[in-house]
Amino acid sequence: MVEQQLISPSADKVVMPTLKLKHLVAVRWFHWINFPLLSLMIWSGLLIYWAYSIYNVGPLRFFPKQVYDFLHMDHRLAEGMALHFFIMWFFVANGILYVAYTILSGEWRYLVPRSLSTFRDAWQVVLYDLGIAKSLPLQQKYNAAQQVSYSAIVVMGALSVMSGLAIYKPAQLGWLTALFGGYGGARLVHFALTIGYLLFFAVHLAQVLRAGWNNFRGMVIGYELAGDK
Amino acid sequence: MIDREIVLSPDEAKAELRKRTRRGFLIGGVAAIASVGAYEWMKSREDEDGIPHLERRVLDANGKLAHRYLDDRHVMPTFSRADIRPLKPNGNIGIDHPVESDWRLTVNTGHGPELNLGVADVKSLPKVNMITRFCCIEGWDTVVQWGGARFSDFTSKYFPPGPGLPPYVSMMTPDEEYFVGLDLKSALHPQTLLAYEYNGSPLTPEHGAPLRLVIPVKYGIKNIKRIGTIQYTAKRPEDYWAEDGYDWFAGL
Repeated sequence: MVEQQLISPSADKVVMPTLKLKHLVAVRWFHWINFPLLSLMIWSGLLIYWAYSIYNVGPLRFFPKQVYDFLHMDHRLAEGMALHFFIMWFFVANGILYVAYTILSGEWRYLVPRSLSTFRDAWQVVLYDLGIAKSLPLQQKYNAAQQVSYSAIVVMGALSVMSGLAIYKPAQLGWLTALFGGYGGARLVHFALTIGYLLFFAVHLAQVLRAGWNNFRGMVIGYELAGDK
Repeated sequence: MIDREIVLSPDEAKAELRKRTRRGFLIGGVAAIASVGAYEWMKSREDEDGIPHLERRVLDANGKLAHRYLDDRHVMPTFSRADIRPLKPNGNIGIDHPVESDWRLTVNTGHGPELNLGVADVKSLPKVNMITRFCCIEGWDTVVQWGGARFSDFTSKYFPPGPGLPPYVSMMTPDEEYFVGLDLKSALHPQTLLAYEYNGSPLTPEHGAPLRLVIPVKYGIKNIKRIGTIQYTAKRPEDYWAEDGYDWFAGL
């Protein structure tokens, strides 16, 4: 078992480097399984989106032709749909298992923002990370910005599945399509969430690089080295 | 329960960490290589109508699942006249030449001789006017008004009483270049029409004159134009786009 408790006889010494269990084994698997699954959902989704590539935000085109050409994403609609509606089962299953595990294990307590002050603190963390604020608010296992973003990403996942179903089955699940403001609304939400994942990934990657090796290794082996100063 | 710690001497800690790091990254590496391998293997399996075997199996299973729950009450929303827009005629496979001068609708029920019908035979059925969303598999959609007869009414009139209806319907253009396969439940859906009017006018050749299928519970690819043959069949019919990597069911 990985999550055993080992306290050595030297536990009463002054300098004590400790291996601290940061991430439960199940959570690590859910995380690392989700990464390729979500990547494939985004990739196949963009192969589908190419066939009717309509969204712009001001001068920002989603996406310029050069992007599709460079990544060879043109004329692959059928391939994209077949992959999307295959991988979706694994993506949804992994997501449901993760949420169920998070609730049953009690891990949700560390993740879900419990009051409005979490959002204030999250903003403070953002300012600190940008070098604007001088101090960090007190935190538990995850800081407030992590709590907000790791909870938001789960809500986004649920919305992606629901808006996806609303586009996939607008006749059979007409009530769901109506909930998103119709076929066009569901499609826009589904696409906006995809852009959201790409932004999340960019920030997440930057934070992981900044936090360093000990933190990254913790997501792989579960333990972080603490008290080794 | 989360803050379990392993408290060790500095040397023990380093050794323990090294051991766990080695093991963690080894398992992770093997899992990553195995996943990429499984994915590449899945992708390399012989294509079945344009996509890997396993993806085709899952598309068909998805279709079966949707079909099981499909109900006549599952309808596409209807709109008002103000929402009507011109429909892009997005394909001309099977209709890239003038309408055959001897055009007739051939109906093969599998029981008795083939029927040869004209548009008047369809127009003799109760007329339905319907303003629904036409969804192209490319992602765009247009609200269109259609006028025609329900395929269910057509079937009641022309399929002989007695033998039960087989589970599929096949439709083809007169030149047999374009063809669609339909499950019976979708074909008999109340919004499925044999249409002869488009946006308030008689159907034009690019929209499928003299008679086309309008089936809002399916993507546009199933809404075959210029129907030449209708066949009720026990075997799942071939489908033009399903042979080219698309979902056979293609239901909405």
